[in-house]
Amino acid sequence: MIEYALIFCALCYGAALLLDLWRIAAGPDAADRILALDTMVINVIALLVLYGIWRGTAVYFEAAMLIAMVGFVSTVAYCRYQLRGDIIE
Amino acid sequence: MHPAAEIVIAIALVISGVFGFVGSYGLIKLKDTVQRLHAPTKATTLGVGGVLIASMVYFVADTEQISIHELLITLFLFLTAPITANFIAKTYMARNLEDDELPRSVGKFGWSVYDAPPDGGMER
Repeated sequence: MIEYALIFCALCYGAALLLDLWRIAAGPDAADRILALDTMVINVIALLVLYGIWRGTAVYFEAAMLIAMVGFVSTVAYCRYQLRGDIIE
Repeated sequence: MHPAAEIVIAIALVISGVFGFVGSYGLIKLKDTVQRLHAPTKATTLGVGGVLIASMVYFVADTEQISIHELLITLFLFLTAPITANFIAKTYMARNLEDDELPRSVGKFGWSVYDAPPDGGMER
């Protein structure tokens, strides 16, 4: 039963990643693209934890944690660049 | 593995998948940029939260040891989501709204998105 739920969940997040990609390509404003990139980071965190359950190891939590941190920093850096034209003033 | 644990894990995974998809579908479906800011919060809270609950239950049922570091990811995401949303809204305001379209700020100076910081305004 867990296998079917895992496959369903991974399919959902894969489709969600495609929709995010669509918003990045089509988004009329830079804020849309930043938002879609942030959503992509969150979906990738969920996919990594799913892969960890699938393989039955706890190794992927550290990778998910690192991606969460780096994704936050990159979102803030992109927003700073759009706001001020510079990242560290 | 205990059948009850399997049922709990499967339900958490299905709920999380549905909400993760709904978050990104809203990103496509909603019309305005500020409206779109609303949709991915579902993926952040219930989506990732459901996956992490499923993972915690799985590893407790599998190895009979309590694993805590899923909670770290949840805590970090919940701490950073408001900051991210605030920055994205400020980016939208700076690029698409003029200063006089907004209500006046209550303090002595204008909104920080438009006004340069006042001289000596940052007390050290």
